[in-house]
Amino acid sequence: MKIKWWIAGYLIVLAVALLAPLASASPDGLERVAEDQHFAGLAQESSYQVIPDYALPGVSNEAAGTILAGFIGVTVVFLLLGGGAYLAQRMKAG
Amino acid sequence: MLLSLVSPLMENGATGLPLHAPDGFFSLPVAAAGWAVAVAVVAFAVWRTGKDLNERLVPMMGIMGAFVFAAQMINFPVPGGTSGHLVGGALAAVVLGPWAAILVMTAVVSLQALLFQDGGLVALGVNLVNMAIAAPLLGCAAWWVFRRLLPSGKALVVGGFAAGWVSVMAAAVAVAFQLDWSGTSPLVVALPALAIVHALIGIGEGLITVGALSFIRAARPNLLPTYSAGRTRIVEANQA
Repeated sequence: MKIKWWIAGYLIVLAVALLAPLASASPDGLERVAEDQHFAGLAQESSYQVIPDYALPGVSNEAAGTILAGFIGVTVVFLLLGGGAYLAQRMKAG
Repeated sequence: MLLSLVSPLMENGATGLPLHAPDGFFSLPVAAAGWAVAVAVVAFAVWRTGKDLNERLVPMMGIMGAFVFAAQMINFPVPGGTSGHLVGGALAAVVLGPWAAILVMTAVVSLQALLFQDGGLVALGVNLVNMAIAAPLLGCAAWWVFRRLLPSGKALVVGGFAAGWVSVMAAAVAVAFQLDWSGTSPLVVALPALAIVHALIGIGEGLITVGALSFIRAARPNLLPTYSAGRTRIVEANQA
């Protein structure tokens, strides 16, 4: 049986998330400008935290925590968008 | 080998993502205006996408959102001790059309704020305007220009690159204006600073956009409607 193309797509995206620990830790574009122009200090911390800094809390290995956070994000986005669009289409058809 | 490569990069821990402004950078009126614009445009995009939904678009929206989320985690270094990563708005707009792309980007940016504390909740409206609305719409506009001027093979490369670059610059320029209106940093300072950094980050965005489009064309060309059915689709979109 030929696997559905979107299942292959989902697996490819999980493979992309495996690369996340290799990401550059340098400040990004906006952070850089905020530091250079001395307004970085205005940034306010979030009042609550779920998975801060893209690392799953409680996982001691940093790379593993980042990859797991990536898998969670990828899966939630996929289910939210794909599921939402699927339900919308069924409502339209039905 | 791989671990020795990883560890120095990990020392500072993961940072936030480009253009995801935390709370505090924007004044309350600017943040409120951002929310108002974002809610109005996203509501229109929901209605417009609902009319277009089909068997291809449904799973493709899920896959595109998942890919954009994963790709946004991977910061690449740009000259000057700075990093950037794919925003993805242009790629989503080329593959899905601008309205479905707005919904995909809205889901990703909202989730980053809610679950991953990347980008503030008060600032979320403004962040959506920049990354989920301005980036896909202006990236898509650049794509349509090149799609009309060039044969399809060249349009994919030149138009895909231009769409990626323009989408990042659009978001960066928008941030510069919002910082000025907020009294955080004057436009004469913020605009050139943000534009120079993001002109470099935009090159990465353009290259990844072309790479992803080429991959889709090689693996599943029928998933690229704006590409395979180009001209008719463009005419329809312009009339809509």
